[in-house]
Amino acid sequence: MSEQRKTVLVTGAAGALARAVIRRLLPDHDIVAVDFRKRADIEGLTNTYKVDFNKRGFEDLFRRHQIDGVIHVGRIGTHESNLTGRYNSNVLGTQRLLNLCVKYEVRQVVVLSTFFVYGAHAQNPTLLDEEAPLKASGLTHDLIDTVELENLCNVYLWKHPELHITVLRPCHIAGPGVRNSMSRLLSSHLAPTLLGFSPMMQFIHVEDMAEALFLAWNKVKPGIFNVAPKDWVGYQDALLACGCTRVPLVSIPGLIPHQIAKILNLKSFPSHLVNYFKYPVIIDGSAFAEQFGFKPRFKLDQIFRYYREKKRREDLLSMFREA
Amino acid sequence: MNIFSTLRDWVVPREIEEKFERTPKSLGSYRYDPWGYHPDTAVVSLTVVKQFFDYYFRVETEGIENIPKEGRALIIANHSGQLPIDGILIGTAMATADNPRLARAMVERFFPTVPFVGNFLNQTGAVIGDPINCVRMLENEEAVIVFPEGIRGSGKLWQDRYQLKRFGNGFLHIAMATGTPIIPVGVVGCEETIPSAANLKPLANLLGLPYFPLALPVVLPAKVHLQFGEPLFFENDAEDEDAVTARVEQVKTAITGLIQKGLVKRKGVFV
Repeated sequence: MSEQRKTVLVTGAAGALARAVIRRLLPDHDIVAVDFRKRADIEGLTNTYKVDFNKRGFEDLFRRHQIDGVIHVGRIGTHESNLTGRYNSNVLGTQRLLNLCVKYEVRQVVVLSTFFVYGAHAQNPTLLDEEAPLKASGLTHDLIDTVELENLCNVYLWKHPELHITVLRPCHIAGPGVRNSMSRLLSSHLAPTLLGFSPMMQFIHVEDMAEALFLAWNKVKPGIFNVAPKDWVGYQDALLACGCTRVPLVSIPGLIPHQIAKILNLKSFPSHLVNYFKYPVIIDGSAFAEQFGFKPRFKLDQIFRYYREKKRREDLLSMFREA
Repeated sequence: MNIFSTLRDWVVPREIEEKFERTPKSLGSYRYDPWGYHPDTAVVSLTVVKQFFDYYFRVETEGIENIPKEGRALIIANHSGQLPIDGILIGTAMATADNPRLARAMVERFFPTVPFVGNFLNQTGAVIGDPINCVRMLENEEAVIVFPEGIRGSGKLWQDRYQLKRFGNGFLHIAMATGTPIIPVGVVGCEETIPSAANLKPLANLLGLPYFPLALPVVLPAKVHLQFGEPLFFENDAEDEDAVTARVEQVKTAITGLIQKGLVKRKGVFV
């Protein structure tokens, strides 16, 4: 084993994105894969753990392994828990993780954030860069954890420069195995829309996002970066391209779609994300592309084709079962 | 994909289609740009508006060659007429010129909240009037129409016609910072399309509108003259805000001259 071989702790290891990152890291790194949901089952990977960041046992991983860096992908999505659960895991859990990184002299941390931090507002300018204000927590309490996670990273970025923290804010991540709210929506046959609104959106393939995280790991460059391709599509066009049937909901006054979303209680269409289906939140990913040499491989049509074909396969399977 | 994609094949005449295809624009794989512009909606809307441009307002343009064939440009004009007809007509003149340009208009901030209308305006090339949007579009080498009078100009009363209201300085800061030429435009005729006798402020407040004109509920077929002036260039070396204001006055003077030129040229309000 080479002396250069580093040990990387990857959180959220059971998810599709972390698995794609681990696949890229495995040839040259020792991996410690962590997930609070279940053990990651990845070929060639032995150090996999099911552990909660907030539990004492989590520190044992740092004692047991000489961890050089952390890739923190293990955020709880907006559909996976209530606000308290998300705050405990995403904010307090991340704080514990960063404190352990300081204590055990970890020298690099890459954190996955989200473009949701900018907030969906009618007066948002287009191509928001990294300096744009984070309005999400002011617009809805349910996204406080996303903004607080970034605030936390900012504090550690300044207070502990030795951690070399890089925060990536991607647009909608989609593709095989992704189970976030947007991916669930694109996978469904019926998808809600707000009558008269089709905001512009950006999508990045899970493999491209994994590549972005891998680049961020390889090229130590602390800071905050948007990650998005230079391609845009209207929400309703995206649904049609994925083979979804659009179900228009009453869109004004603003309270009505929120109430409908609460009643529907869909994981794919949570009430606190309703405004993201009304107003565009288009981010500028050029800084990351230039500084890290990032170029997405997957086109929008390739992303949407996956969902179309997935539906076709499911339909065939259900027809087969019925027969 | 949408209704406009279907309509495009049916209603858009060859000459508009040909000019439209020559209009420089950079689009994504679904033929949108980041601001939501979509060529199908834009060209169908242009076809409809061109009829009003030619036969209702009988627009006459002069100096359209002053619009650069390509690259960033700020089109600065006087604002009038209660509705943004002036912006639509300037955009139509630019889109159907010998060297066609897509005009990006800055619209009021409440439009994105209106179902269908917000999306429609975006698809035709309009965006909310935000300085960041303006800078980003200029960096994208677009031609952007700005009315520095804002609602002070569009909500003008009949008695104030052809008197320029205060210009904001924002456009000049942007022009200097981005190295963008300013093309002054004098619009004559739009003042007479919807003459307003008074502003019904309480009603405007009730409806959440910037103003509510006391006017006939029709758009009159006033003949419109558009005078495009020569480009003005300003170095990014203004020492203070007074220096910027002085340069804004230079632009204002140029527009006043173009308005006078148009007023002299027209034979009557409707002919």
